[in-house]
Amino acid sequence: MKQLKNSHILGIGSLDSDDIDLIIEASFICKKILAQSSRKLDALKGRTVVNLFYESSTRTRSSFEIAEKRLSAEVLNFASSTSSVTKGETLVDTVRNLQSMAPDIIVIRHSSSGAPHLLTRICRASVINAGDGMHEHPTQAFLDAVTIMEKRKSLRGLKIAICGDIRHSRVARSDIMLFSRLGAQVWVCGPPTLIPIGIESIGCQVTYQMDEAVEGADVVMGLRIQQERLKEAFFPSIKEYFQLYGLTVDRLQKASRNVLVMHPGPMNRGVEIDSEVADGPYSVILDQVTNGVAARMAILYLIAGKTLEELRKEADETAD
Amino acid sequence: MKLLIKNGKVVDPANRKNGPWDILVENGIIAKVAKRIRAPKVKTIDAGGMFVCPGFVDMHVHLREPGREDKETIDTGTQAAAAGGFTGVVCMANTDPVNDSEAVTRYILERARHSGITRVFPCGSVTKGLKGESLAAIGEMARSGIVAISDDGYSVGNAQLMRRAMEYCLALGIPVLDHCENAELAAGGVMNEGAISTRLGLRGVPAVAEEVQVSRNVLLAELTRCHLHIQHISTKGGVEIVRSAKKRKVPVSAEVTPHHLLLSEDCIEAQVYDTNFKMNPPLRTKEDVLALREGLADGTIDCIASDHAPHGLDEKSQEFEIAPFGVIGLETAVGVVFSHLVRTRQITMSRYVELQSLNPCQILHLPYGTLSEGAPADITILDPLKKTVVDKSRMRSKCRNTPFEGMNLTGGPAMTIVGGKIVWTA
Repeated sequence: MKQLKNSHILGIGSLDSDDIDLIIEASFICKKILAQSSRKLDALKGRTVVNLFYESSTRTRSSFEIAEKRLSAEVLNFASSTSSVTKGETLVDTVRNLQSMAPDIIVIRHSSSGAPHLLTRICRASVINAGDGMHEHPTQAFLDAVTIMEKRKSLRGLKIAICGDIRHSRVARSDIMLFSRLGAQVWVCGPPTLIPIGIESIGCQVTYQMDEAVEGADVVMGLRIQQERLKEAFFPSIKEYFQLYGLTVDRLQKASRNVLVMHPGPMNRGVEIDSEVADGPYSVILDQVTNGVAARMAILYLIAGKTLEELRKEADETAD
Repeated sequence: MKLLIKNGKVVDPANRKNGPWDILVENGIIAKVAKRIRAPKVKTIDAGGMFVCPGFVDMHVHLREPGREDKETIDTGTQAAAAGGFTGVVCMANTDPVNDSEAVTRYILERARHSGITRVFPCGSVTKGLKGESLAAIGEMARSGIVAISDDGYSVGNAQLMRRAMEYCLALGIPVLDHCENAELAAGGVMNEGAISTRLGLRGVPAVAEEVQVSRNVLLAELTRCHLHIQHISTKGGVEIVRSAKKRKVPVSAEVTPHHLLLSEDCIEAQVYDTNFKMNPPLRTKEDVLALREGLADGTIDCIASDHAPHGLDEKSQEFEIAPFGVIGLETAVGVVFSHLVRTRQITMSRYVELQSLNPCQILHLPYGTLSEGAPADITILDPLKKTVVDKSRMRSKCRNTPFEGMNLTGGPAMTIVGGKIVWTA
C-alpha cells in the first residue's frame, strides 16, 4: 500500500524520495484517467477544498479547480481581491474564519514565502502550496517533471537548462530541487544580478552565458522576466536582455536534437522567449498545462489519504 | 538603611577584585568592602556560592513608552530588567513620539522615577523624528539627561549629517551610537543573505550592508574623534573593521546581542519561518557567530546588550516578510550568555562583568559599574548553579517574542539591588 507520508505539500524540499516517486506515478495514472473519460471520481466526495489565492493566477488556479471537481470535492474559491483581505484582514484571521467551515484541504498561493507553513500552524487542514513568494511552487515542479518524463522516460542524465530570473522564481527553486533529485544535471543561467547567492546548494550549476547553458541541453526552460526588475537595476533594458539571454531559434541550434522547450508561463514573447521558439516544434508548453491538471489531481487524491493501489483500480474502472 | 552581603565571590574588574569579600551597603552607597565584615544587627544576605557583581547595565533596550504601552511600559520593561539581573537600562529613542526633544526625555525620566524598578537612561535620537534629515535637539536632551544619541532602527544614512552629529557631541561629552546598516544594500531584506535566504525565498540583508556602514562610521570617528559606539554588531567583517580601528586608537566601541552570539540564520530554516528568529540585524552565519565570540574574548567587542524589542503575538504571527523585526531579551540575556559562554569558559567571569557592567558604564560615563566604596550600591548577584528552562509564559515583559523558548540554562540572576534596595529576588 503506497500512501503519502506527508500531510501537507509545502515544497519539494520537504518531501522525501518515496513521496516524490509516488506523486509522479500517480500523476501518470491521473493523466490516463483524464484522457479516458470525463467521469468524476469519488475520492474527495463530501470534502471541502478551499482555493485561497492571494495572488492572481489563471493556469494554476483553474487547473486545481478542475482537478478538485474531477475528484468530486466541494470547492470554495477565495480570491484576495474580492474578499475581506481588501478590508485589511490578516492571513491568520482569514484562515481562522475559514477554519469554521472545516475545510479538509487548503490550496494557497501567496506573495510571502512561508505563508503556507504559517497556515499549517493555525489550521487543521492539509495545506498544498500553490506558490509562495520566491520560495517554492511544488505542483509546478511535478507537472514539469511529468512533462519531461512523458517525452524522455526518465530525467536521469538529462541536461536541463533553466534560464532567466532565477532570483525571484519559485518555479526555478522547486524545479531545480526536483529535477536534480530525479537525476538530471540542472544548469541555471541568467545575468549575475538575477542569480541568487548559494543557489548551487539546492542542486544546480550556474552559468552566465546562454550558449553554455543551451549547449547540448535536453530541456531548455525560460522564465518570465518582469518589467519591474528594470527599476531595481537588475539589467539595463529589455532589448539588451533579449540579446543576451533571449531564447531564440539560433541559440536553440546548440541544444541536443529533439530538445524540449518549456515555460511555466505567463510568457513575455520577445523578452525571454522568441515566438518562433514558443510556438515551434520543440515546445511542450501546452503539454505542461495539460499535465498540470493530472499532477494536481494526483496530489489531491493522495493527500486525501488514498493509496496508489486505489487509484490504479479507479483507472481500471474508468477504462471499462 | 543598611545591608550586608556576606560570603559571596565578588567580581569587580574596576577594582581588580575577584574573590571572597563582604560588602556593606549604607544609604544606597557601598560603605565598605572588606574580607570579613561583622555587623550583627544589619539585614544580611548570605551570598555563599554566588557571584556578587556591580550592577549589570543593558545599554540597548526598547521600553516602548511613550506610544506603544500595549507592548511594554517603563514599569513592565524595568520589571523584566530587574528579573533579568539588570540594575539599569538604556532605552532607545524610537518611541512615539520619538525621543528627539527635551519634553520627551523629561517625560521618560519622570515616568521612570514614578514607575521604574531599575534605573532608566534615555537615549535621544540623532535626527528629528528619526527621519535622517536634520539634527534632533541633542544639546537640550543632553541637559535633560540623555546618555547618548542613536537613530536605532535606522542608520544615519547621510554621511554629512553623521559627521555633524559626531562633531556636535564632542561638546556634550556623549557618545554617538549607530545601528550600522546601509539602507540601499539592505532594502527589503528580512534575513541574512546567503544560501539559506535563497532556499527559503526570502530577501536577504547582506553582511556588507553592515560592513559598509561600520567602515564609514569608523572613518568619521577617526576624523572627528567623537566616541562612536557600534550597536548590535553581527558580522565577521564588522568585527574585523572595529578590531583594526581600535589598533589605530580610533575612539570606537561595540556591543553584541546574546542572540547573535548564540544563534545563526540556520534557525530560520530549522524552525520553518518562525518569526521569533526575525530581527535586525538578522541572525548571521555560524562563521559570524564564532567571529563575534572571538571579538568578545579579545576585547574588540566591549559589551553585551539585549536589544530587547517587544512585539505582540498578533504582529509576530504573520507572514515572515510582514512580521516586525525584533525579539525580547532582558529576562534571558544573563542566563543565556552565562550558560553558554561563561560556564564553557569562552569568556572569564571577570571579562563577563566588564562586558555587562563596567564597559557600558564607562562608554556612557555613568557612575556605576563598580563596587568601589562610595559608589552607588547597584549590585547584581548571580547564582552559577541555578537551573532553569526558558519559559515565555513566566516573563514580566508584556510580550513573548523570545527565540530562546525551551532552552536549558545553568546559572542566572539571583538578586538585583538598585541604590541599596533589593528590587528583585529569584
